[in-house]
Amino acid sequence: MEVELKEMLNDLESLKRSLTDPSHHAPIDQLQLRVERLTSLASSGPVRRSKVKDMSAEVVDSNPYSRLMALQRMGIVENYERIRDFSVAIVGVGGVGSVAAEMLTRCGIGRLLLYDYDKVELANMNRLFFRPEQSGMTKTDAAVQTLSDINPDVVLESYTLNITTVQGFDTFMSSLKDKSFRPNKEGSGVDLVLSCVDNYEARMAVNQACNELNQTWMESGVSEDAVSGHIQLLIPGETACFACAPPLVVASGVDERTLKREGVCAASLPTTMGVVAGLLVQNTLKYLLNFGNVSPYLGYNSLKDFFPTMEMKPNPQCSNFACLERQKEFLLVKPARDAALKAKMEAEASSSVTECPLHLDNEWEISVVDDSEPDRIEAKSADALPEGLVRELPNADEFQKSPTEAADATIDDLEDLRKQLEALNS
Amino acid sequence: MEGWDPNTKSTLTQIPLLTTKAGPRDGAAWTQRLKEEYKALIAYTQMNKSNDNDWFRISADNPEGTRWTGKCWYVHNLLKYEFDLQFDIPVTYPATAPELELPELDGKTQKMYRGGKICLTVHFKPLWAKNCPRFGIAHALCLGLAPWLAAEIPILVDSGMVKHKDDAASSAES
Ligand SMILES: [Zn+2]
Repeated sequence: MEVELKEMLNDLESLKRSLTDPSHHAPIDQLQLRVERLTSLASSGPVRRSKVKDMSAEVVDSNPYSRLMALQRMGIVENYERIRDFSVAIVGVGGVGSVAAEMLTRCGIGRLLLYDYDKVELANMNRLFFRPEQSGMTKTDAAVQTLSDINPDVVLESYTLNITTVQGFDTFMSSLKDKSFRPNKEGSGVDLVLSCVDNYEARMAVNQACNELNQTWMESGVSEDAVSGHIQLLIPGETACFACAPPLVVASGVDERTLKREGVCAASLPTTMGVVAGLLVQNTLKYLLNFGNVSPYLGYNSLKDFFPTMEMKPNPQCSNFACLERQKEFLLVKPARDAALKAKMEAEASSSVTECPLHLDNEWEISVVDDSEPDRIEAKSADALPEGLVRELPNADEFQKSPTEAADATIDDLEDLRKQLEALNS
Repeated sequence: MEGWDPNTKSTLTQIPLLTTKAGPRDGAAWTQRLKEEYKALIAYTQMNKSNDNDWFRISADNPEGTRWTGKCWYVHNLLKYEFDLQFDIPVTYPATAPELELPELDGKTQKMYRGGKICLTVHFKPLWAKNCPRFGIAHALCLGLAPWLAAEIPILVDSGMVKHKDDAASSAES
């Protein structure tokens, strides 16, 4: 466009020179001014920044990572640049997931995998991230469009699918297993899965996949009344899984009976969602870059500005088979791990009292036993929950297979049953 | 069973309960579960017909029995309103209930999530969780869809959001 405008200016100049009558010059001057204005508008348009090969700590205004690398200079993070090695999967690119994706993109995460089946709608505009002109696009496409502009260094993969369906789940699993980004990585192809979905069904599907893959993940949620939320770290076999006990949610403190649910499904606020996305990504950065304490569970009650915390052991009677397998594996490695951790802490204590435990090469900060640790409760125990937390659903009733039904003598052929229903349907 | 009307309660208790805890990724156990699903659906349909309260048709859309399609209808002011009904069996079934969809009503009511998934009452999910794995598709229709239609269709018709097919046809002709 700028080339076109420049040619136009030249044409106008030659036209002016070809005119002998100077009284015709004034309108041409006007036109030239307008073209010059357009030229400057065009050149101030969107500029795509080019990719950066290495993260530099140099403080110049053209370096997108200088303030992040300063974390390293200040001693908060030992090696910030490691962030480029990490892959994070974000399931659900809604009010929380899209903001989490933007935060990780701005932090220079290596690779993001995005999953959602929904489209952007004007009804989403009370939340952050998506823009009105993206209405009608899939959330995954719209997110890739914005995120690749913000930071072209991040490898973005988008999956437009519903993970709760059989087919969607298969694709979800194989995308998590794909190790082409970092072939020598242990375990799956991603470092962390973030669940940013808005329903129990999808959370259970993430839980199923992560239990099967032995994949650490973090769950996040905002209540349907938009005034509370939570984040939770789930390490298969080591912490309670999402199916070990009915999900924990933050009590809003509002009496259920006074809550008006007529005519609405759910409310949402950009504030609560932004806070939860911030808590989630902060926990993610601490987990990946190994600094501070990674929270096992952190609730947020916005009405009272109350942040309950807790920790939950897995349920040995969990209904999820893969969870029980992971629990068995964890019990085998636990004694050796505890001993190594203890030795490390003793060495740390004797070598220097002043040095903070920040530089410990300790992958699981949360298992360090100290007095400030939140109560670690049994997943399914009748213990009183920490103040401000409640169960979202009841436990399944005690269930026993009745022998009479097993010995059912009626038709037991699937095809016959299908035909019988079809006959009723016709 | 707090929060349910007596009619729904008595109907529910007559639908056969299921015993196999298996989802669509569980191979032979899923086939067993599918048989139980059919038995419950057959019993529920027969019961509705004999009570002169026939209100849905549903059948598996694929041999695996993971996708179901059909119709449901509701009579309001002596007129019958019929809608397409569809749902997938989630991978975590029966720990999680199927999400029932009425695609034609997508965007017409607040009591619906995007994609036409109906918004269930606060009572549904706790009761489903409590009764896992005994509740199946028939129970989801009885506890989820029937009360939803009874609550929402009159509002949708009275507000003009949903028109009877005869009205729609005649107004299209004129
Ligand atoms: Zn578990």
